Amino acid sequence: MSAPLAAINDFVVKFANVNGSGSASANSMFAKAVLRMGVPVAVRNIFPSNIQGLPTWFEVRVTGEGHLGRRGGVDMMVAMNPQTWDRDVAEIEPGGYLFYDSTKPMPPSKFRPDINVIGVPLTAICNAAYTVARERQLFKNIIYVGALAALLGIEIEVIEQLLAEQFEGRERLIKANYDALHMGRDWVKDNMAPLGLQVRRADAVGDRIFIEGNQAAGLGAVYGGATVCAWYPITPSTSLAEAFTSYCQELRVDPESGKANFAIVQAEDEIASIGMVIGAGWNGARAFTCTSGPGVSLMTEFIGLSYFAEIPAVIFDVQRGGPSTGMPTRTQQADLIGAAYASHGDTKHPMLLPMDPGECFTFAAQAFDLADRLQTTVFVMLDLDMGMNEWLTEPFKWDDSRRMDRGKVMTHDELEAGRDFGRYLDVEGDGIPYRTYPGVHPTRGGYFTRGTSRNPYARYSEEGSVYVDNVQRLLRKFETAKSFVPAPELRPASTPTRDGVIYYGSTGPAMHEALGLFERQGRRLDALRIRAFPFSSEVDDFLASHDRIFVVEQNRDAQLRTLLMAENGGDPDRLVPILHFDGTPITARFIVSSITSLMDATQPPGSRPLREAAE
Amino acid sequence: MTYIAKPKLHHPALAPNGLGYLRRDYEGSVSTLCAGCGHDSISAAIIQAAYELDLPPHRVAKLSGIGCSSKTPDYFLGNSHGFNTVHGRMPSVLTGANLANRELIYLGVSGDGDSASIGLGQFAHAIRRGVNMTYIVENNGVYGLTKGQFSATSDRGSKSKRGVVNHDAAIDMVSLALQLGASFVARSFSGDKAQLVPLIKAALRHPGPAFIDTLSPCVQFNNHAGSTKSYDYVREHNEAVNRLDVIADRKPIEVDYEPGTTVSVTQHDGSVLSLHKLADHYDPTDRIAAMAYLAERQAAGEIVTGLLYVDPEPGDLHGALGTSDRPLNSLSDAELVPGQAALDRINAGLR
Repeated sequence: MSAPLAAINDFVVKFANVNGSGSASANSMFAKAVLRMGVPVAVRNIFPSNIQGLPTWFEVRVTGEGHLGRRGGVDMMVAMNPQTWDRDVAEIEPGGYLFYDSTKPMPPSKFRPDINVIGVPLTAICNAAYTVARERQLFKNIIYVGALAALLGIEIEVIEQLLAEQFEGRERLIKANYDALHMGRDWVKDNMAPLGLQVRRADAVGDRIFIEGNQAAGLGAVYGGATVCAWYPITPSTSLAEAFTSYCQELRVDPESGKANFAIVQAEDEIASIGMVIGAGWNGARAFTCTSGPGVSLMTEFIGLSYFAEIPAVIFDVQRGGPSTGMPTRTQQADLIGAAYASHGDTKHPMLLPMDPGECFTFAAQAFDLADRLQTTVFVMLDLDMGMNEWLTEPFKWDDSRRMDRGKVMTHDELEAGRDFGRYLDVEGDGIPYRTYPGVHPTRGGYFTRGTSRNPYARYSEEGSVYVDNVQRLLRKFETAKSFVPAPELRPASTPTRDGVIYYGSTGPAMHEALGLFERQGRRLDALRIRAFPFSSEVDDFLASHDRIFVVEQNRDAQLRTLLMAENGGDPDRLVPILHFDGTPITARFIVSSITSLMDATQPPGSRPLREAAE
Repeated sequence: MTYIAKPKLHHPALAPNGLGYLRRDYEGSVSTLCAGCGHDSISAAIIQAAYELDLPPHRVAKLSGIGCSSKTPDYFLGNSHGFNTVHGRMPSVLTGANLANRELIYLGVSGDGDSASIGLGQFAHAIRRGVNMTYIVENNGVYGLTKGQFSATSDRGSKSKRGVVNHDAAIDMVSLALQLGASFVARSFSGDKAQLVPLIKAALRHPGPAFIDTLSPCVQFNNHAGSTKSYDYVREHNEAVNRLDVIADRKPIEVDYEPGTTVSVTQHDGSVLSLHKLADHYDPTDRIAAMAYLAERQAAGEIVTGLLYVDPEPGDLHGALGTSDRPLNSLSDAELVPGQAALDRINAGLR
């Protein structure tokens, strides 16, 4: 028997449940109760592509130090699913705790000698109190929350407050939930002592909010002035369109007329979705779609049209495990190259790479300015981890003096005054031409939009020199984009070093935790978080000033590294891939062990890509 | 698609319309289609319809897919914004454009390859969504640009120019449009301008999904004996159910026909469609009867043309979505961006 784990505000509880059993809201209440005690949490839903009956897990990392990445390892397993019992028990750290429903006796062979077993007769308590089957199922979840609160030192009043908020106005329901909560708590108080793992009230959350990236991006689209949303349901992006819908209903219905200042269409497929977005963008509305990798594959023809005919569009790609149908409910950053170069012919598309829900909000809003300014498709690359999990993030802020940047749009009065209009004419040398909105002027400003080659005045042309001029201008425009997209964020090491690390997206929190650990070990790494493609000059500087750069990604093929080599001349020998792609979110433990073993090895950098074993 | 602009000449006797525009103001570039192509007649009919309706040319948005027919928007309404999209996907682009600005008039031009093969899905969904548009299919039953393959509207048993017999069943887009909820459905023939122009005019004014299947012979690849889409074949088998004479604002105009041979349909905006009946008992407001009649006459080998169905009280997508009366593309920051105060409330609910 290992010594029981003891920790205050620093441990991982994992709930093993059956999909569709109503456990999700109880588990999220557990996490929120810890937050309300001022202790940060990082939660991860691990769920199958299924509606009911398959295993699902919910991991809560209680982290007084505020590490928001997944830690890895489980200190306490709440094993509520007999189907996965064996693997759940196996996952517990030595000295950790197994919480289970002890109503039905289990043979000793089902336990481990090196863990602490906490048996609470949940079903027996439940059956004594309830007769209706659904009540038994739902209240059992609340009963275990009450029991866990007593074991882990979570203040019961905090949970009561959360229940009161959740069921506001439905007094009977609140009372029933209180009763269930106390049944679990009282049983533990009468029969057990608190565990070595404890939550202690702290002040480490501040005014931060707890929200999914998809919801944040949906809200960002409202603030970005999007009026047309065309989408097709696909995991893990669906909740983005749903969030946009509900925020629009709340914030965008004209109070006087009751009319909607938005139009949302659930299209017949992803191709129609992007078609509608491009039609709306062509006609001067801000429009977006949200999808995942398989949807982007379907949209590629239209994305090429948007690039070549220069029509603004915004695509949120909430990445999941690929290729093909892949792992629909697991996370990856594996659509980078697919999005960056989507469509046939020579094409390139700007991408924004948010790290957390806070950036999902700001980048979502900014994407619409960029799409109008650059007159092209702008991708916002989320992933399942940040998209579908609630993360702790800074409260949303908005500058009320900010106005939409509609880019270069020639107005009726300018046309009337005789200003020269060439739809594809590079007037200012930045590669960005002027456009007009359809219907602007009776005799001027009209043009024919096409996916075929054309001259600066939008007239069809297959002349080689005309074509070359046009596509070179598109490259100039892409160059211009570098100064508009979010700049990378540099975290220099405490002392100068020639070693660096590049990372992006949802890897951020785990990387930041890893950087703290490296510093403690005396390893010095400058860190650059890339926030957009095309890469700006800061990225070139970073590449030039380091001899060895670890590029940390959640895909198999080191896609960002490939982009760094292809677009910015990154030296393959100096760019060392660190790759995590089993579908689970990357951890600080993984990053530290991968980079440490490479730094300790004597072999030249870059010769051996390190890869993660299966989950 | 041409870079040859038409010379700015017109016959001095041509009169300007109510807006002071000449017919020439509704023309486009010089067509690059084959001499005698049915599509050019349809372009001429669109020009005529827009001229006669006094449409401000720049308030029309013309959209198309890919193919011979989809090239034609370059050849009419040169002052309108046009969009030659991708193959089979014009309906979705038109839908999005319509959502962005409900005040323009949307004209979708497509072909049987573009709308009945690759684009059948988008055609169906745009119709069933009730997008306010005029959707013209220039139907020649053949792939012209790729030199003579059958299309999905080629009749079973019809013969290609090379003598191959088509063994696949034909898709009848008129029947589909009726079934899917188009509120204005017509079929016409590019060789019958007297029938076609009034139908296009009525469709352009119809505030809902209006579909016109226009048989439009391909002189190069589908105008031979054995084709069911040739000039000769269509003329021989054309059975018009009615002739749309006039579209009057709010008051029917007397037409000199025998009593009982005229039917008037008053539309939501008060305009009146006056139809001269050519088939006894044909009621163009009865959708179910129209579908049955079409099936029956089709089995008898006839090509039924005319205004086949009109819903005098059509709805459209904007109505279903309850969107703002003002175009979405004209809304300002104040109407679209809720500001920090709303964010404060949202933040407070997320702790």
